[in-house]
Amino acid sequence: MNRFEYVRAASVDEALAALRLPGSVLLAGGTNLVDLMKYEVARPARLVDINRLPLSSIEELPEGGLRLGTLVPNADAAYDPRVQQKAPLVASAILAGASAQLRNAATTGGNLLQRTRCPYFYDIHTPCNKREPGSGCSAIGGLTRMHAILGSSEHCIAVHPSDLCVALAALEARVNVMGPGGERTIAFADFHRLPGDRPEIDTTLAAGEIILSVDLPAWKFGDNYSYLKIRDRLSYAFALVSVAVALEMSEGLIVTARLAVGGVAHKPWRSLEAEALLEGRAPEEGAFIAAAMALLEGALGRGDNDFKIELARRAIVRALGQAAAGAPQSQSDKKVRP
Amino acid sequence: MSDLPVAVTPPAQPLFPLRLTVNGKIVEAEVAPWVTLLDFLREQLHLAGTKKGCDHGQCGACTVLVDGRRVNSCLILAVVKDGAEITTIEGLGSPQSLHPLQQAFVDHDAFQCGYCTPGQICSAAGLIAEGQAKTREEIRELMSGNLCRCGAYTNIADAIEAVIAAGKGV
Repeated sequence: MNRFEYVRAASVDEALAALRLPGSVLLAGGTNLVDLMKYEVARPARLVDINRLPLSSIEELPEGGLRLGTLVPNADAAYDPRVQQKAPLVASAILAGASAQLRNAATTGGNLLQRTRCPYFYDIHTPCNKREPGSGCSAIGGLTRMHAILGSSEHCIAVHPSDLCVALAALEARVNVMGPGGERTIAFADFHRLPGDRPEIDTTLAAGEIILSVDLPAWKFGDNYSYLKIRDRLSYAFALVSVAVALEMSEGLIVTARLAVGGVAHKPWRSLEAEALLEGRAPEEGAFIAAAMALLEGALGRGDNDFKIELARRAIVRALGQAAAGAPQSQSDKKVRP
Repeated sequence: MSDLPVAVTPPAQPLFPLRLTVNGKIVEAEVAPWVTLLDFLREQLHLAGTKKGCDHGQCGACTVLVDGRRVNSCLILAVVKDGAEITTIEGLGSPQSLHPLQQAFVDHDAFQCGYCTPGQICSAAGLIAEGQAKTREEIRELMSGNLCRCGAYTNIADAIEAVIAAGKGV
């Protein structure tokens, strides 16, 4: 780990001021950042510890939604009765990720800002455009089992590793941030970006900005949701493919469909065309397959990960079926039921 | 987090005062900000029960309780936890008076080499305090952050299940 300055911020204003100094990086739960520092992938000049800021509450919003403070530990969000009742897809996605210890330390904002787990990004002895812009991509032509099948570029085929973010994308959450110019809100679809020719930039958060909270819209999906995660071992592994689904049903028809897929791209992958194909339809396998095919339009395998295209298609169909049946995937009983 | 790594000249950095309650005793020390809680416990307090396995949050051998919550001490900078209460395996019981989980691990032969055991037991204590594990499946799922390379998982689950059934362990 490199040597760095340590600043403990006592207020958001203090944190913003410290963040303006060159080389400053925010420290919350640290479960990703401290690890990246041990590998010397991250070498911050200054850590700004924001753990003492009053940003760890969960509040109900007037229109029926919820506001998750940026410092709410993932476990506290997942087990909060309000989150379980008003955003069960979010609770389920959190519990599908990491381990109990990590969920006790990792925070809302930190989850959004975690970096890819691409092994070449972690290995400072190999070229990586995300870690060292212009050095090349070692994953292309390398081992690609965990890599993107959608939205990648010739510069980067890394995926975003979060489970929580897949649920937040499906629910159209909003990210409230504060920077030198004041507060603004970023739609979740616009928060993470595709790699293009700037894979070193993961998000649209501007320099000097801090995430304050994440807003979840009012829940209108009843039990018609599911978070289905497929991985190489049954627990404590990153997704090969994960699917977040929420369906608003009325009189046997799908009124509103929300569908986001994780483990397949540089950001949670949503397709408005796929969702439109489900709306107004009866929840039948034909409609689910059509939606899956639409979402996966243009999917490209890189060899080792070719199987993810078919795996994603099947996982989407299965998760849509679970949601339509009001039988969400359990995160402790790992049997995937139809 | 900034997206670009920044090369740094080591700054002249003072040590930071650190006051913790460790296993019920107040500890006052000074630490460099890059010292992890794991290294502080082992190297400065000589509490070597907490183990360094992977040092990257992947194995759970370093699990301790911070303010009653189980966490990976290898991924926490000690300075961040100024004022916290820490419980390590040394604080859970004594050779004369084992913690119910320690006794259950003995009774159920829940280890072979023993290297993961302090982390397993601290994690199980955290799990019981959380109160979320009601079934064996839930115990297995919520203990997945603790690897046992000897493969004693079945007996570990037996031990924890027995302590939960007996209403002990908190």
